[in-house]
Amino acid sequence: MDFGFSQEQEMLRATARKFLENECTSTFVRARMEEPAGVTDDFWAKLAEQGWLGLVYPEEYGGSGLGLVDLTVLMEEMGRCVMPGPFFSTVLLGGLAILEAGSPPQRKEWLPRLAAGQAKATLALTEPNARWDAAGVTATAKDGKHGFALSGTKLFVPDAHLADVIVVAARTAEGKSPEDGVSLFLVPKGAAGLEVKLLPTMDQTRKLCEVTLKDTPVPSGALLGAKGGAWSAVARVIQRATIALCGEMCGGAQRVLDMTTEYAKIRVAFGKPIGTYQGVKHKAADMLVDIENAKSLTYYAAWAADENSSETALATSMAKAYVSDAYRKVSATGIQLHGGIGFTWEHDLHLYFKRAKSSEFTFGDATYHRERVAQLINL
Amino acid sequence: MDFSLSPEQETFRQTLRAWLKANIPREWKHVGSSEIPRVEAYELLKTWQRRLFDAGFIGLTWPKEYGGRGLTFMEELILQEEMALAKAPPILNVLGVGMAGPTIIAYGTEAQKKRHPAKILACEEIWCQGYSEPNAGSDLAALQTRAVKDGEHWVINGQKVWTSFAQVADWMMLLARTDPNAPKHKGITYFLLDMKLPGVTVKPLRQITGEAEFNEVFFDNVRVHESQVLGGVNNGWQAGITTLMYERLTLGFALQTRLRIALESLIELARRMEKHGRAVTKEPLLRQKLAQLWIDTECLRVTGARAITKLLRGEMPGPEASAGKMVWVETHQRLQELAMEIEGPYAQLWKGSAWAVEGGVWQHSFLRSRANSIEGGTTEIQKNIIAERVLGLPKD
Repeated sequence: MDFGFSQEQEMLRATARKFLENECTSTFVRARMEEPAGVTDDFWAKLAEQGWLGLVYPEEYGGSGLGLVDLTVLMEEMGRCVMPGPFFSTVLLGGLAILEAGSPPQRKEWLPRLAAGQAKATLALTEPNARWDAAGVTATAKDGKHGFALSGTKLFVPDAHLADVIVVAARTAEGKSPEDGVSLFLVPKGAAGLEVKLLPTMDQTRKLCEVTLKDTPVPSGALLGAKGGAWSAVARVIQRATIALCGEMCGGAQRVLDMTTEYAKIRVAFGKPIGTYQGVKHKAADMLVDIENAKSLTYYAAWAADENSSETALATSMAKAYVSDAYRKVSATGIQLHGGIGFTWEHDLHLYFKRAKSSEFTFGDATYHRERVAQLINL
Repeated sequence: MDFSLSPEQETFRQTLRAWLKANIPREWKHVGSSEIPRVEAYELLKTWQRRLFDAGFIGLTWPKEYGGRGLTFMEELILQEEMALAKAPPILNVLGVGMAGPTIIAYGTEAQKKRHPAKILACEEIWCQGYSEPNAGSDLAALQTRAVKDGEHWVINGQKVWTSFAQVADWMMLLARTDPNAPKHKGITYFLLDMKLPGVTVKPLRQITGEAEFNEVFFDNVRVHESQVLGGVNNGWQAGITTLMYERLTLGFALQTRLRIALESLIELARRMEKHGRAVTKEPLLRQKLAQLWIDTECLRVTGARAITKLLRGEMPGPEASAGKMVWVETHQRLQELAMEIEGPYAQLWKGSAWAVEGGVWQHSFLRSRANSIEGGTTEIQKNIIAERVLGLPKD
């Protein structure tokens, strides 16, 4: 047993930190918040150059064939600088869905382009009912002569306005169970009856869209995986993306703690640095404990997923439940310990506080995942 | 990153599992949360520890020449996991095994190392810890018990307090002031004290549970031979801190094991109890609380594994280990509170009532758990340590 990172993984961390400290500064992040794109072509090309857009795809599809533990390292660093842009939606949602559900020709068509930074993708799964389970999928796909016609409203779809292809979950049949009858479709940008609306968000580093489909025609070849049997692939995508998100959240929380301890050492009140006072020390210690625990559970889930362990579902829910609470608490305490300056637009803390909130509700919050844990341990 | 075991470790696990199945005393009936050896179980637990020693399943990481097995913390982790799965009884000589032994091995003379560790493992010598005093708790270095040199002996006068096991202990890890003129951390010496020496008086202290599990210990001109100094005169603080580090590490594994056992028991309790006409396990809020305890317990296990990895790689235990005690305390106290909540009005009934749930065992462990955030360094002190030594915040 060895529950630490390898030398290669530590090298990846060092490379990523250096790159992001140079390229993804606070100024860069704030500029991207103000515009719809959320990313620049130049930055996206550099991510591709580093090999990060294809990190977890097999080599035959233009990737590096690395695992979730490796990805977690990278995600921590991206979370550290609240990296904006469609990395998550392209690499972990759209891309992973194509990898998990797609046929070899479908993978060949898309994954190398995603990895090379030539195309972007996303997954349109959730709807106004805001459910993460299969019962939440009510959009429909009607069989026609030459393919399918998709109808429905998808909500909270990340970066759909940037995507060259949207993987849409829709129901081809009412099955015996909610899982039964869910299918995935590749819907290209500009398809007929497809409307994408960018929504103003509290966390401006994350762009969310409403996607409406009105009898949007797609050819039979757009079906991704088995007709009516795509839910298991969706579940795997959600699981992996959730673990990656946990990694990103851990990295953000760690950065908040770093900023806070640095500040507590230099900010003077009553003639002493505020870090001298136990009222500050104890909060900082609580932050550290929350973060270390969050990391432990995240790394464990990433390892379990890479091993295809039977514990992956439980490990994932344990991680997301813990990390959701931890990042929220840590980022709020960070603001508290900074005092007034932490509440300003000028200081970066609010970027983390808002990212903690948007991440908390992505793929289910702590309450949702605790209930899943309860089910998985047969309570 | 790899959580799987090597073939040798897997064999070790299987052997251990089979042994535990065959050797856990029949009289041991695990009820509720019994993480601390209860007075009435001392004899049984003594036999149990002896059995573990004879089979070589205790002191795994200690050197072979001092009664251990010379194995790594990996085997220790496997041992603790298997003990939890088998709901094995706890170790009686927990302070000897968790603290005194490792400190003697680290700081002792050859004679001390030959004399004590094996007997500690075999439960032939029960140890207690003479650290806290009426005026030195969190500020341990303020201790006032004096040791004055007289020929080949040190003469001890003073008082210790909150001393668990003193009523049955053969030996004490004693911190006493040998140089009152030195700065407070520099004038302290660590003694190995024979509790049968003339002038040692143990007075039981009745605690919140009604039992007298800990004591006051008085020293009235107790003469300790100079060969009983551990780690050098006036070097006691260093040795004493080492003890605490081991406590947080080794004892930490054991406590985590007991936490897992307690949680399994709590879930069994929850399955049997009803609240407002339906099973406790079907109450959404209680499900949330039980699930969170499960997560926190697992978290301790995984965080422990990270700490072990650091040790196996030759690094010192980092923030993961320091945080462990705090997390364990908070989780365990929450677990005990939840046991009370699950019992509802029955939580009021004490041992002896025919209506008491499981003989009132949870009421005892609930009350006992209040000590967790005080003993072995208060939570407030742990937070100071993390803030100052890990995060580098300035000392007052």
